[in-house]
Amino acid sequence: MTTNTEWDPSQPILEITNLSISFFTRLREIPAVMDFSCTVMAGEAMGLVGESGCGKSTVALAVMRDLGKNGRIVAGSIKFKGRDLTHMGEEELRKIRGSEIAMIYQEPMASLNPAMTVGAQLAEVPMIHEGMSKSDAWKLARQIVADVRLPDPDRIVDAYPHQLSGGQQQRIVIAMALMSKPALLILDEPTTALDVTVEAGIVDLVKELGKKYGTSMLFISHNLGLVLDVCNRLCVMYSGEAVETGNVGEVFDKMRHPYTQALFRSIPLPTADKNSRPLVAIPGNFPLPHERPNGCNFGPRCDYFEAGRCDAGEVRMGDTGGDRHASRCVKFAEIDWDAPLVAVKKQEKTPVGDVVLKMEDLRKYYEVSGSSLFGGGAQKVVKANETLSFEAREGETLAIVGESGCGKSTFAKVLMGLETATSGKIFLYNQDIQDTPIEKRAVDTVSSVQMVFQNPFDTLNPSMTVGRQVIRALEIFGEGADDAARHARMLELLDLVKLPREFADRMPRQLSGGQKQRVGIARAFAGDAKIVVADEPVSALDVSVQAAVTDLLMEIQRKNRTTLLFISHDLSIVRYLSDRVMVMYLGHVVELGTTDQVFSPPYHPYTEALLSAVPIADTKVIKKRIVLDGDIPSAMNPPPGCPFQTRCRWKSQVPDGLCEREVPPVRHLATGHQIKCHLSDAVLAEMEPVITMKET
Amino acid sequence: MLMFLLRRFGIMVLTALCLTFIVFFLTNLTPNLEKLARSEGSVRMSDEQVTSWLAQNGYAQPLVVRYGEWLGVMPGWTVSGAEGVTGRCIDSATPAEAAPRFCGIIQGDWGQSSVFKRPVSEILGRALGATGWLMLWVMIVMVPSALALGVLAGMREGSRTDRVLSTVAIATTATPEYVSGVIFIVIFASATAGVSPMLAEMGWIEGRTLFQGTATSAMDNITFWNFGLPVITVALYGMGYIARMTRASMTEVMTAQYIRTARLKGVRFRDVVIRHALRNALIAPFTVIMLQFPWLLNGVVIVETLFNYKGFGWTLVQGAGNNDIELLLACSVVAVIVVLVTQLISDIGYALLNPRIRIS
Repeated sequence: MTTNTEWDPSQPILEITNLSISFFTRLREIPAVMDFSCTVMAGEAMGLVGESGCGKSTVALAVMRDLGKNGRIVAGSIKFKGRDLTHMGEEELRKIRGSEIAMIYQEPMASLNPAMTVGAQLAEVPMIHEGMSKSDAWKLARQIVADVRLPDPDRIVDAYPHQLSGGQQQRIVIAMALMSKPALLILDEPTTALDVTVEAGIVDLVKELGKKYGTSMLFISHNLGLVLDVCNRLCVMYSGEAVETGNVGEVFDKMRHPYTQALFRSIPLPTADKNSRPLVAIPGNFPLPHERPNGCNFGPRCDYFEAGRCDAGEVRMGDTGGDRHASRCVKFAEIDWDAPLVAVKKQEKTPVGDVVLKMEDLRKYYEVSGSSLFGGGAQKVVKANETLSFEAREGETLAIVGESGCGKSTFAKVLMGLETATSGKIFLYNQDIQDTPIEKRAVDTVSSVQMVFQNPFDTLNPSMTVGRQVIRALEIFGEGADDAARHARMLELLDLVKLPREFADRMPRQLSGGQKQRVGIARAFAGDAKIVVADEPVSALDVSVQAAVTDLLMEIQRKNRTTLLFISHDLSIVRYLSDRVMVMYLGHVVELGTTDQVFSPPYHPYTEALLSAVPIADTKVIKKRIVLDGDIPSAMNPPPGCPFQTRCRWKSQVPDGLCEREVPPVRHLATGHQIKCHLSDAVLAEMEPVITMKET
Repeated sequence: MLMFLLRRFGIMVLTALCLTFIVFFLTNLTPNLEKLARSEGSVRMSDEQVTSWLAQNGYAQPLVVRYGEWLGVMPGWTVSGAEGVTGRCIDSATPAEAAPRFCGIIQGDWGQSSVFKRPVSEILGRALGATGWLMLWVMIVMVPSALALGVLAGMREGSRTDRVLSTVAIATTATPEYVSGVIFIVIFASATAGVSPMLAEMGWIEGRTLFQGTATSAMDNITFWNFGLPVITVALYGMGYIARMTRASMTEVMTAQYIRTARLKGVRFRDVVIRHALRNALIAPFTVIMLQFPWLLNGVVIVETLFNYKGFGWTLVQGAGNNDIELLLACSVVAVIVVLVTQLISDIGYALLNPRIRIS
């Protein structure tokens, strides 16, 4: 370990001053980060927040001095414990990497070597930096694995990464970062690839370890709720620049930059619905690095834009007078920050009509053969959906919530006809369709049940123009008498999803993520769909775009009286837009009710945990912390009895191990509110709300 | 694992049956048989004589029946004629009374070669032995050098080392054996051209040429001087190909996130390559190397003919050139088995290298 004796703990651990980073391509120099400054003190957690492409990961990699061949630091300095990293040689850097600065990555599976055991990858760190012997290093690895609260460390160190679950892999990556007790930990979206309940566990662990080892952190995330949870200080980035920095409380409550404000207004909170706090999308698009405007980068999208001042010249960071709180806005002193939101036209709740879709006792089982390559092995049954029963009415939004592997996508596939049901019934307008695969369905059945997919980047044909793809859908659905009529209808559909008509001739690659998703929506509504299954339609999009796409979906729903089945893992957005919520766990519907019923006690224990795991970007909210142990059991080998019993914190309240023996029956608590739980009415009545507002 | 092996074995047998039937059908086309009759009997046979010769020698039966006899699942034909009883399983050593009913490849009877006038099994056994040595040395030279070349080139994509090594690899793959073999002979094994006359003049070599232009003597005694050129000729061609594959796989692995993880752990570049990248990078080329075995058979045909080395390829050429049906059929069986066995090894080896698809 190289410890610099001159470094004084009252000085910043990391001090970045006026850092500018550019990527050099054959065509031009692309500035990725401009004039970025921030300071991280010992034991402090600094959050870097911004949308994709804003340069937050570039800053992290610059601290590691790992910008690749094309990236270069063109100005400024990065001082770590008083030493300038920008002028260090490879050998010096190597001594710092992994021992004094360690990094935790977004995708744990990809960042672990698939061909090395976990123990070997962990033990390597102290062997390199401290010259530890192999056996000592493995002993330390085992101890750290236990430290990150993984069960059975002896087995884990001998395992290969693919034998662990996503959450366990991320814990290993964290363990690897902690092997040499670094002074600075860089976390690059450490939980984005994980489920919310797993995320809550990881975040807890990171916070606790930060305290235990006194590690400073640079926490990169696009999730404001997480940053509020983990960090002391915050730096908001927009298009390569830091636009606002300060301590977390101040930035959240007394923001002094229009972008920060717009960002907060565009994210849904699980404490509010669409009527009490409407989302406000940020107009326009994120500027490309070589198309940045003059002056303030946020200018063209800003409500407070003033020509002649905001676009006059470079805007510098200005001190707002708070606790090291600065904003890159020329007008921050003049704007009335407490002005209430301009009243957006309040939307009446769409009246709910007749039942259009009804599922009765739907089951979907898959048979999988044992091991893949060498055949053999016993046949196993994956119970993807178990006794699914519900109704959906015209004009209603039914949200289906659950973590990965809960069977929500399988359910969508069965409904769409991509798979046929194992048993049970699906009625669409009293016509049962559970056994009809999509290729045998009538054209109007197909066109009336459509889907909006999660990833707009993969679902459009890259070699067909946008207009052509929509017309193709119209042709398949038999809409329009001739080509001219279909063309006209296609333009109408583009209007419907608020895309300019010129987009008809564009290729998908010329569109941004949000625009692509709009095309996906246009395609889904091409045949006047009655039921639209939206499978995580906004989770791949940036927050500022999410609001706009969500609003669009709801507006079309109001106009067409469509039934929207909204599949999501994001409870905030579910709370915001849905009328009823269905919570799924391991193929079972554990709770079903109106949004208010599901979001307030009594809860199903899983719903309670799910709610508590959602990070909320609101300082006024007090949340009960319920962290679930372990991972979701495999659907191939579900626990006996109640599917949730392995992780349930209420299990002890049910006498004589009933939870382990029997699948709980469906109980109706109030009109339209049902849960699948053994807990007695008295216990359920005592449940406290997970989310409460602070008294003001 | 056992189930897997059994299934693969079943598929192998099925494929072998189909392929040999195709070869059997093509070599037993009527014009081919007539040619056989004239070359075995007499060149001046009339058409009637040809027909009766074919009938006498069992070729008049339906194709499927004869295929069955060749396989050994149908009883061999017998014809009683003027010279007594003749038949498939009857020859001068085994009289009609002692002859077995079945004599096909299942019984180990591969037939008689019409070119060499000796049993096919004997010829093929010797030829395979000779080719085995050639293949072994080719692999010993080719695989390590190709992997080294690929790894060195792929380690730093776009660097000068990469560009130079890639050019070498492309050049060797772009030069077929019949070109490189001739070039090598001219340069190293000619008494009048290349480097040999100069070396001989200076008295550095004993004979008139540095390498020997023929590998016939290597049948009995392999030396560097008589075996070097054929080995290099085959190895060079395959080496470029494997090196390209290894390089592609290596460059991909080097951009993987876990390599970044390793780098940012402070691992030395050398250790990043050896400990973290190598095993992952070798998974894909392993399959290619295994596929290279049957491909080598190709090169072996050319090189053995060129260097007059009497191995499998040379025998195949002789058989094909002289309409030796039994020999050709046997060669095709050998080729099919070589292809399928290497496939099997490649699948198993792949699973061993890649922990993600271990046998559970």
